[in-house]
Formats: sequence, structure tokens, C-alpha cells
Amino acid sequence: MNEAAKLYQVWVYLQAEPLFWLTLTIGAYLLANKLYQASGLFPLLNPVAVSILLVSACLMAFGVEYERYFDGAKFIHFLLGPTTVALAVPIYLNWAVILKTRRAILISVSLGSLFAIGITFAIAHLLQLDPVTIKSLLPRNVTAPIAMGISEIIGGVPSLTAIITIVTGIVGAAFGTFVLDLFRIRNMAARGFAFGLASHGIGTARAMSRDNQAGVFAAVAMGLSGIVTAAIIPLVFIMLRDVLGAAG
Amino acid sequence: MLDSIFIIFMFQLVGEATQKYFALPVPGPVIGLVLMLVCLLWTKRTNLPLIADQRDRLVTNSQQLLGYLSLLFVPIGVGVIMHLQLLEAQLARIIAVITIGTIVTMVFTAFIFLKIGGGAKDE
Repeated sequence: MNEAAKLYQVWVYLQAEPLFWLTLTIGAYLLANKLYQASGLFPLLNPVAVSILLVSACLMAFGVEYERYFDGAKFIHFLLGPTTVALAVPIYLNWAVILKTRRAILISVSLGSLFAIGITFAIAHLLQLDPVTIKSLLPRNVTAPIAMGISEIIGGVPSLTAIITIVTGIVGAAFGTFVLDLFRIRNMAARGFAFGLASHGIGTARAMSRDNQAGVFAAVAMGLSGIVTAAIIPLVFIMLRDVLGAAG
Repeated sequence: MLDSIFIIFMFQLVGEATQKYFALPVPGPVIGLVLMLVCLLWTKRTNLPLIADQRDRLVTNSQQLLGYLSLLFVPIGVGVIMHLQLLEAQLARIIAVITIGTIVTMVFTAFIFLKIGGGAKDE
């Protein structure tokens, strides 16, 4: 057997194992992080977005199906659940501040969540997207597992919602700093809160990497908006059903 | 480390079981988050030295885990790129909804939060 055939056999073996895809994912993330640090935390070089592009480019170059990749990378994906539970810690550490601000937190979470749903529906309706797509878009600002659950309940497509949710997170993390600077919002609690509410975990990760207080308020906003949105979307949906029906 | 992982997994497990049993619209890990928060606050109040040690480790290890939060979105994110053709004709409009919606929501939320006095040092 010649050298090339032997190498090919090694590749066939490796690409069927989780190890290869886990190594690729972590490697791409470390590289993306290095790039992000070297650029002086340039928002458009968001490490999540860059690592996703790096891994996707590798898969396309080698003609690997996503299902095969995910079969290995699902071990990283699995940690999303436990890490969500771990978000209790920053909330616990800042409990005193949160209690002090509880009125503002509760009112902003309720109004912000309603606003997010309303503006999404308004723009989607204006652009004449089809009803199923609109339903899949509605819960987009909350964390992926919650958004997918809501999407299923109201008749959207959960996998489409997952995609939309990730893009929402990346958009928020990439442009949030710039937009909030533009409107001269300098208060770290308010900034973090806006990141967590509008762009869930990816926005929260970005806020945490910049400022501790911003990170805490992002985590609080993300957690509460998930709960509030899960409660109000099915209600809002019933009220909008006639309009959606007419759009179809 | 291992004890912290065990505690976090246990809270998630109880959260998932509660969600399934009562058919709640809130995901299991979020219920686990709330339960762990309640336990953290409660054990701090009772202040037993044995539990305090355990709690300090849990706090440190959870923070380490949270440091990798961004990485955990990469696997589903790759699915976004690989399944872009799913969106086909609607792609540009969907991106418009997401971009405008996210930016406007952020600014609105930050303003409301400040208006109600959330940014004040002492309320």
C-alpha cells in the first residue's frame, strides 16, 4: 500500500471519531480568540462568529456533512445545559445589587421582552415573510433551548428558530457596543442588561468578557427574559393569530 | 472540581425532571438555575462551615465554566452555515428582521432600564 492510501485510511478512521471534531472546534475557538485579542477586541471579529466560519470552511473544504461533525461536537454542545445552571453563580454573587434594582429589572424585562416580540413581528410582517417563518422568528431574542420550545408550541420550525437565535446573538454581540456607544449609554448595568435581553447567551458572554457588572446584569436579563417570553408569546400569539392567518 | 460538576448536573437533572413532569414551557436548565440560586442563597444564610467550603468551590468552578460560554455555541452555529440553503429566498429579509430588531431592542431596553432608575448606584 502506498503512502497516500495509508494517509487516507487514517483520515477515514479519524473523521468517524468525536476526538477529531472536538479538537477542531476547540482549536478554531482558541485561534479566533487570539485573533480577537490581537485586534483589541474588535466587535466584528466576534470569536463565536469567527470560529463558526473557520469550522464551516474546514467542513466544506473536506466535504464533511454537518451531521457527522455534530456527532462529535455534541459533547461541547451538551455543556450548554450545565453552563446555564452555572449562571446562578454570578446572580448569587451580586444578589444585593439585584435586590436593590429589582423594580427596574422587573419592569425592563417585561417591557423589553414585549418590545422585542412586537418589533420582530412588525418588521417581519412589513417584509411579507410567510407565517411559519414569522412564528419561527418571534422568540429569537431568548436563549436557543427556550426559543426552540416556544417555536414548537406556536407552530414555528424549531431548527429554523435555532439558526435565527444564533444569528441574533452574534448580531447583538458584534454591533451592541457600537450602537450603545452611539446613543451614549455608558452605564454598565444598563449596557449589560440590554445585551442579555436582546442577544441572550452570546450577548451575555460578550458582556462578561468586558465588564463584571455588565456580565451580571446580562445574565439576569437573559434568564428572566427567557422565562417572561416563554409565558407571553403563546398569549400574544393568540391575539395575533388573525393577522397571521390573513398574511398567509 | 468533580463535586461541583456533580452538584450542577444534579440541579439540571432535577430541573429537567420538573419540566417534564409538570409540562412547563420553561426549559429544564433554567429551572435548575433557579433551584441552584435558591440553594446558594439559603446555605449562605444558614452559614454552616462544611457547606461554605463546598459552596466556595462551586462558585469558583462555575465561573471557570462560564468563561467558556462562547465556545459552547460553536457546534450549533456551524449548523447555521451548513444549512443556509434552508432559508433560501427569505434569507435577506430574515437577516433584516434580526439586525434591525436586535439593535432597536437593545437601545429600547437600555433606555427603559435607565429611565426607571436601574443605573443608579443607590436606589
